[in-house]
Amino acid sequence: MAVPVDNYLRNQFMPHMWCPGCGHGIVLGAVLRAIGRLDLPKDEVCIVSGIGCASRAPGYLDFNTVHTTHGRALAFATGIKLARPDLHVIVLTGDGDASAIGGNHLIHAARRNMGITTVMFNNSIYGMTNGQYSPMTPKGRYASTAPYGNVERNFDMCELVKAAGGNYVARATTAHARQLSNYVEHAIQTQGFAFVEAVTQCPTYFGRRNKMGTPVDMIEWFRKNSVNAAAAAKLGPEELDGKIVVGEFYRGDAPEYTQVYEEVIKRAKEAAAR
Amino acid sequence: MSIRVGKTGNEAVAEAMRQINPDVVAAYPITPQTEIVQIFSSFVANGKVDTEFVTVESEHSAMSATVGAASAGARSMTATSANGLAFMWEIVYIAAGMRLPIVMPVVNRALSGPLNIHCDHSDTMGARDSGWIQLFSENAQEAYDNAVQAPRIAENPDVKLPVMVTMDGFIISHAMEVMEILEDEKVREFIGKYVPENPLLDVDNPVTLGPVDLQDWNFEHKRQQAEAMRNAKPVILDVASEYAKLTGRKYGLFEEYKLDDADIAIVVLGSTAGTAKVAVNALRAKGVRAGMLKMRVFRPFPAEEIADALKHVKAVAVMDRSDSFNAVGGPVFVDVRSALYDVDNGPKIVNYIYGIGGRDVTPDHVKTVYADLAKIAETGQVENPLTYLGIRE
Ligand SMILES: Cc1ncc(C[n+]2csc(CCOP(=O)(O)OP(=O)(O)O)c2C)c(N)n1
Ligand code: SF4
Ligand SMILES: [Mg+2]
Repeated sequence: MAVPVDNYLRNQFMPHMWCPGCGHGIVLGAVLRAIGRLDLPKDEVCIVSGIGCASRAPGYLDFNTVHTTHGRALAFATGIKLARPDLHVIVLTGDGDASAIGGNHLIHAARRNMGITTVMFNNSIYGMTNGQYSPMTPKGRYASTAPYGNVERNFDMCELVKAAGGNYVARATTAHARQLSNYVEHAIQTQGFAFVEAVTQCPTYFGRRNKMGTPVDMIEWFRKNSVNAAAAAKLGPEELDGKIVVGEFYRGDAPEYTQVYEEVIKRAKEAAAR
Repeated sequence: MSIRVGKTGNEAVAEAMRQINPDVVAAYPITPQTEIVQIFSSFVANGKVDTEFVTVESEHSAMSATVGAASAGARSMTATSANGLAFMWEIVYIAAGMRLPIVMPVVNRALSGPLNIHCDHSDTMGARDSGWIQLFSENAQEAYDNAVQAPRIAENPDVKLPVMVTMDGFIISHAMEVMEILEDEKVREFIGKYVPENPLLDVDNPVTLGPVDLQDWNFEHKRQQAEAMRNAKPVILDVASEYAKLTGRKYGLFEEYKLDDADIAIVVLGSTAGTAKVAVNALRAKGVRAGMLKMRVFRPFPAEEIADALKHVKAVAVMDRSDSFNAVGGPVFVDVRSALYDVDNGPKIVNYIYGIGGRDVTPDHVKTVYADLAKIAETGQVENPLTYLGIRE
């Protein structure tokens, strides 16, 4: 079913600043369609971002939105969720924002199991600042700070969030727009911390540096190099090298932080009343 | 022989860094500083420098790694802008407190929020009490020259303080101009070999850096920091005069532009000095005795020298490219006015806050300031001690 998303956009801020062929619009579309299917009232949604091309998204969205500082989206979102546990708090963040300068907040939001949905736009690069490698740039890939190839290993953010205690973890690419949107929908429905890694293309920096062709070629590359979680389980590390594993990896039912905290408040009040 | 080249401010500073050839550079990208480090990283990748280059995951880590490297005895540099500098804050003070001669180009950009990437001085002005020496630059040439002189100032045994070399974001950092650079050997000879005092890597003489320092000694150590800042003033001048012999370009604590016989003058920092010179020339052509004082060294603050240079002027306007939000005036104004406090029959002095968040300032804007000053000089009356220049209100 087609879900109209126009209603969620601040059309007065168009045209947007993303480059032609940037995958961030596909990810944003997936997020908006998920919100649309869930039919969430605008006033009950709060979208928080950090800084970067990905983090520019909330500026175009007609919800309660906060554009914060580089890396701090989850810290701000934690405060918002604590103050208003009834809101759907959604963090839109880049791979640099979430895994480099803001990495600490991510693991602690997951550990606390804050009721926040985080969508990490992973284009494997710091797009906004001209394409330096990020902690998500695969080893061997080129970046403006790695003209002879990146020597560092990248994170597996899904594994990291799962290990840190999140309740929902999934990954899809811009070649899987529909799946991606479904995952975001499931993430929003999750009680507790939910994390969706959206693998997306930055044709301007990552694509060009790595000679990946047009944006369409990049999406095609994602499609060809993706393996779903079930198939991946049967493959060894060599066979999975260079592949993108997509799917829903984990659903947990650990109690959500603000609910646990609500219990504490209740107990304390009861004790005081006694 | 100097070499004439066309370079942007960022390219010029990256070039200075290449010639300085620091042992360690740790940095994180931020607009408009990004290019400096990006260009420098290509020098590293292409073997043009011997630097260990660390691409850390944030500015807090960048300054921490730089402090670590400097403590080990390495000549260490980083660079940043705006929120990057703000995010370093904790370690910015530690660098100064540990007396580490780090050199850091800062490409001036407005501090959030609201988010803005264009030039104002709110970032470095916020760090004015951090214990760093601060050198401001009018153009790419000065940014380069300041960067080359900075290690000599920082590493002087009487100083041993970190130095910020600033330039205006985009206006200088991204604009190309014709400038002169020195030959590599000349720079290397000029800055010399760095001999650290008590480096951590001197394993035969183990030391502890940055231990807890409570009521017993902390005060004395802070006093020494203040003394080092005092010592920096003559050192900055010595280094400048040596540099002038090498390049023919003379630097002082500030530049006096047609100030000798001026009746009215402005005090300004950074690229707006170039704009102001255009206004001064136009006014001079009409017979108006307008002058300008362009600050180069903001920390240590050259109070006596400024008082001396401005004492004959009838009316002075201090131009601040940041606001202190103290309801009195900008940071430069407060310092300049305090410097002039003891001058008998000194100038009337007013403040203009301008160029916030990259708001353009043209020679015409500056001319309106001089027009206001002319009125103050004539009447002896100040109507508006603080004016927001070029604003809609
Ligand atoms: C404290 C601080 N440091 C650095 C920056 C500069 N900066 C802005 S966006 C960005 C990287 C963004 O990368 P990512 O989060 O992957 O988002 P993308 O642009 O790739 O979507 C950086 C380094 C900043 N704004 N603030
Ligand atoms: S630089 Fe890359 S991530 Fe940023 S808008 Fe352009 S394509 Fe997208
Ligand atoms: Mg990115």
